[in-house]
Amino acid sequence: MSVQQKVIVDGLSVPIEGERNLLELVRKAGVDLPTFCYHSELSVYGACRMCVVEIDKMGIVASCTVQPQPGMVVHTNTEKLRTIRRTILELLLANHDRECTTCDKNGACKLQELAKRFGVADVRFGEEDLDMPLDRSTPALVRDPNKCILCGDCVRVCGEVQKIGVLDFSHRGSEAMVGPAFGKQLADVDCVQCGQCASVCPTGAITIHSDIDRVWKAIHDPKIKVVAQVAPAIRVALGEEFGHEPGWAEPGKVVAALKRIGVDMVFDTCFTADLTVVEETAEFLERLVSGSRERLPQFTSCCPAWVKYVEQYHPEYLPNLSSCKSPQQMFGAVARRFLSRELGVEPESLFVVSVMPCTAKKFEAARKEFAVDGRPDVDAVLTTQELARMIRETGIEFDKLPIAPFDLPLGVSTGAGMIFGNSGGVAEAVLRAAAELLAPEKKSGMPQTQLVFEEVRGLEGVKEATVNVAGNEVRMAVVSSLGAAAEVLRRIESGEAVYDIVEVMSCPGGCIGGAGQPSPSHLEVRRKRTEALYDVDTMQMLRRSHDNPYIKALYDRYLGDVGGETAHSSLHTSYGTRRRIAGEDIRFSAEEVDGRLSVGVCVGTCCYLHGSYDLLRGLMDRVNREGLTDKVDLHATFCFEKCEHSPNIEIGGNIRSNVTSEEIDKIFEEEILARLVE
Amino acid sequence: METAKKTGMTIGSRDELKAYAAKVRAEMAAQKKRVLVCTGPGCLANGAEKILDAFRSHSIEAVGATRTGCHGFCEVGPLVRIEPDDVVYVRVKPEDVAEIVEETLRKGKVVERLVYRDPDTGRTYPKESDIPFYASQTKVALSNCGAINPDDIGEYIARDGYQALARAVLDLSPDEAIEEVLESGLRGRGGGGFPTGRKWMFARQAKGDQKYVVCNADEGDPGAFMDRCIMEGDPHSVLEGLAIAASAIGADRGYIYVRAEYPLAVARMKNAVKQAKECGLLGANIFGSDFSFDVTIKEGAGAFVCGEETALLASIEGKRGMPRPRPPFPANEGLFGKPTIINNVETLATVPAIIRRGPAWFRAIGAESSPGTKTFAVTGQVANTGLVEVPMGATLRDVVFKIGGGVIGGKKFKAAQIGGPSGGCLPEELLDTPLDYDSLKKAGAMVGSGGLVILDEGTCMVEVARFFMHFTQRESCGKCVPCREGTKRMLEIMEKIVAGRATLEDLDTLEQIAWVVKESSLCALGKTAPNPVLTTLKYFRDEYLAHIVDKKCPAGVCTAFKSYVIHPELCKGCGKCRRTCPAEAITGETKHPHVIDAAKCLKCGACVEACAFGAISLE
Repeated sequence: MSVQQKVIVDGLSVPIEGERNLLELVRKAGVDLPTFCYHSELSVYGACRMCVVEIDKMGIVASCTVQPQPGMVVHTNTEKLRTIRRTILELLLANHDRECTTCDKNGACKLQELAKRFGVADVRFGEEDLDMPLDRSTPALVRDPNKCILCGDCVRVCGEVQKIGVLDFSHRGSEAMVGPAFGKQLADVDCVQCGQCASVCPTGAITIHSDIDRVWKAIHDPKIKVVAQVAPAIRVALGEEFGHEPGWAEPGKVVAALKRIGVDMVFDTCFTADLTVVEETAEFLERLVSGSRERLPQFTSCCPAWVKYVEQYHPEYLPNLSSCKSPQQMFGAVARRFLSRELGVEPESLFVVSVMPCTAKKFEAARKEFAVDGRPDVDAVLTTQELARMIRETGIEFDKLPIAPFDLPLGVSTGAGMIFGNSGGVAEAVLRAAAELLAPEKKSGMPQTQLVFEEVRGLEGVKEATVNVAGNEVRMAVVSSLGAAAEVLRRIESGEAVYDIVEVMSCPGGCIGGAGQPSPSHLEVRRKRTEALYDVDTMQMLRRSHDNPYIKALYDRYLGDVGGETAHSSLHTSYGTRRRIAGEDIRFSAEEVDGRLSVGVCVGTCCYLHGSYDLLRGLMDRVNREGLTDKVDLHATFCFEKCEHSPNIEIGGNIRSNVTSEEIDKIFEEEILARLVE
Repeated sequence: METAKKTGMTIGSRDELKAYAAKVRAEMAAQKKRVLVCTGPGCLANGAEKILDAFRSHSIEAVGATRTGCHGFCEVGPLVRIEPDDVVYVRVKPEDVAEIVEETLRKGKVVERLVYRDPDTGRTYPKESDIPFYASQTKVALSNCGAINPDDIGEYIARDGYQALARAVLDLSPDEAIEEVLESGLRGRGGGGFPTGRKWMFARQAKGDQKYVVCNADEGDPGAFMDRCIMEGDPHSVLEGLAIAASAIGADRGYIYVRAEYPLAVARMKNAVKQAKECGLLGANIFGSDFSFDVTIKEGAGAFVCGEETALLASIEGKRGMPRPRPPFPANEGLFGKPTIINNVETLATVPAIIRRGPAWFRAIGAESSPGTKTFAVTGQVANTGLVEVPMGATLRDVVFKIGGGVIGGKKFKAAQIGGPSGGCLPEELLDTPLDYDSLKKAGAMVGSGGLVILDEGTCMVEVARFFMHFTQRESCGKCVPCREGTKRMLEIMEKIVAGRATLEDLDTLEQIAWVVKESSLCALGKTAPNPVLTTLKYFRDEYLAHIVDKKCPAGVCTAFKSYVIHPELCKGCGKCRRTCPAEAITGETKHPHVIDAAKCLKCGACVEACAFGAISLE
């Protein structure tokens, strides 16, 4: 047996067992070194300097940046280290908006916690630089730069996990700050509003845009009937807010709590998840059986951050997105259109609130596709955290609540709907359905078709499986995080991988790791929530969406056929291209002359990559050569949202797509000169 | 800028290199005289180009007039040197050229009125090598600066240029080349002083199919211009050093990261790369060997922190220039994650001489632990400002008095600020400190890149420290807390002290934060940022106390402790100052002496400007 390699931490001998850095080893030894910028799932940043330790012969170093070496003698608690940690806290506090009582993160703030732990009693410096405006531009998130401690966690989660990079640092010295490009607001850039930045933010610098007040207002309005839907991932996480271990699952408590705070009826998003499975499976089988691979692989569309991502970055795959609305929006549509009739209330007096693990669902609910005459199908979206806050506000003792059942008819669901909260859940639910639908004529006494598809379970970013569904080989990929999605798309594009169906969830681990979930939400927590959700599934009598009797009833009474006309108009939608950054046109002639012919050349990313600069230069040359600068208003513009047909140019309001530089002279003569002659 | 002189030939072997060198030498020998006009930064600003034009407008047989890089003696520029006579003319104006042409070039006589005259002794020095400023210097890195046309690769080759590369590529194995650099004891001239050979060895040993060499030419210290002058005056020496480094570690790609604020250096380096490529001294199979090497010039956008090696690499990669924790060191994981060495301009410019003349020659110069020479940019209240190169271990006194000619205006020497914002202020009693890495570190300063600012008795040391604090605070990248927030609060306290608002408690806080910033910052910029404050606190603590306790600035610099007064005997009572004062602090009746209310006075000085009788002064 080889001699175990050890590090001495405060006199204790601690074995090296593959720890990636000294910080993890010290924590294993039972010393909770403080940090702001260390996250086990992100790259090491080494900036907050709170995790400093003294190592014999090395001096003071940040433990997160050091590899454990055998024989290292490490001290974690010395006078010098205490001075450094306290001073750093004091320095951070000095430039921090210390109005803790009104801060959204009050009680959950890392800075507050550590200041308390270290007993920082006095801040010796004057406050400054705290008048930066808040960014409330999106329905999902609020950014308050005055509370940012520049730990860079948000920058790294967006750049490394989601590979989008909406947030980054700008400016130098004490003016350094984090924000979107060009000082823009989140709504004006390519943020998909997944909220992972808020989920890792140690302070109140990025928080969830709260809908609590709107929900209270509806609850307290006697003329309004408030109905709630509860997403699957809530039932395995809400308990964490009330002191339970991650994975503690009691759906009945969630229902009881919602009822006690005044919601009239509580339904289950798992019901519409079943509905989604039914519709999406039909859609998939149609694409699969049709033989043409044109719209394959089929991508799931349950995740609104993913949908926005495709709209912005991969419009060429829009036809591959399932046209099914997400379970949240299916619920909204069913509630507004049919439940109101069932309950005998006017659709307008129904207030639909959903409880979601997700911030992007707030964005989804506000999308214009999901509104009828301006009234959104889903009126408000509460995250798990917001629901917990409402429960606490009422003073209800969560643990003492008796459990209560979901209401009928939209409260009954199968195990297939439940596992939607896990990465791989949608895929598995569709597989269960497909296995059944494609199975040869069942005779009584035949063994059940397959229920569990282990291949698509687990917390890895990409899971691949070829599953035999009733004799058909279905090649699938299950993806969680947009960084992983980008890689899978690259492989599809290059032909390295061929799939029939691809499930994408934007958050690591799927919805159970959503940004609306209680904090912390690291890998171990996510694992427990995932397992709990699979446990809930096994306890269900019904585990295939098609077996849900209330789904059958819904089709019988209102929807007609699966995939039929009513089903389609209520439960399906379509998406379009979306510009990534809001920007003003760049004009090339100084003076404004009215009545000029407008000629715009898109210089957005897709058009740029397809040669729009050459088009612009060609047109500019012609306009200058012909001396038409006072007749033609040539300008560069950002995105006509026809990225799949790039490059695009606009001439007097008409958009020409797929323009090549060879065509420029012809276009100039036939469409610009000719119009000027008119 | 001249267009690259086409060599019109390819150098594919050592023999071709030697033949070409002989050819250029013969061409130069055919010129009876050569006029070398300094176009270093100082001389250029004072009209050197016009002087060069004037020389060229006279066509004299067998005389070549050429521009060169910095001659070093900036104080008395523009400088013109005539070879082979070694005659140097100082403070030359374009209108002097006709006389120089007539007297010196045609008749071989010295124009006495244009030669350097020692201000103290009155002695004149027609020959450059006799001038005390030059006599005590030893030039290695600067040996070609001022002697060759930097835009002509031929002149570099004529002075044994690229022979070191030929030796490194053809005669030495990579390990042997590294061994020679190791043996020479060369240490990084960018400030850290890490042994260059060891750095190369680590990168050579690192596993990787792709390796890089990078030249750090992001010289950002206020007052430092050594690297700039080398790049402007002798760009090929940097290129040759970089190529030797590349062949030693097995890299085929190099970057020169130079700040865009040095447009001339950028242009000269680009031109040098272009010429070297045309000759085949860069590119595929150099000297017919299997060593191939290409260089890219990358311009930095002017962030001081990008001089820090990991920030510099991030910047080349197209990312925000922010340092990252080390290890991993760039020698193992550098540019684009590949093994990379980063050497400063001066270090690389020294390498060819070491390979050509051998490590023993180099070791014989300088100090035991710091062999070789070091360039310094001497500025401030010193008689001979300029660029100097001395053996390591020369004392501060030698540089300030022997070469620098002492403090100007007969004032007393107070301190030398060495090493820029990361360095420290050394007082008179440390004038005999040897200028080497270890001695300076012990004194609380550092060699840094070699900026040397001489301060006289009229300087407020607290204000000097505040200035540097202001600089580092603005140039901090903002990544780690101690540097971003700590320097901000240090600056805040320094501002309180010079404004006369600080207490002794503030001084304690200042010292404590300075310690935390030094001990716990992420990169060298942060770790050394408190040095100007710490050294002034160590050597000039009484000045801090005077500001804080006595509310006085002993040097009489800080305006907070002064007030404007109207001298009644001079005041005519015209009322102009009263009407000019924006704070309505001046009262008085017409034709009667006015008075300033010190409580209302903003100390803007508008009244002094307004007064036609010189009746108002700051006391």
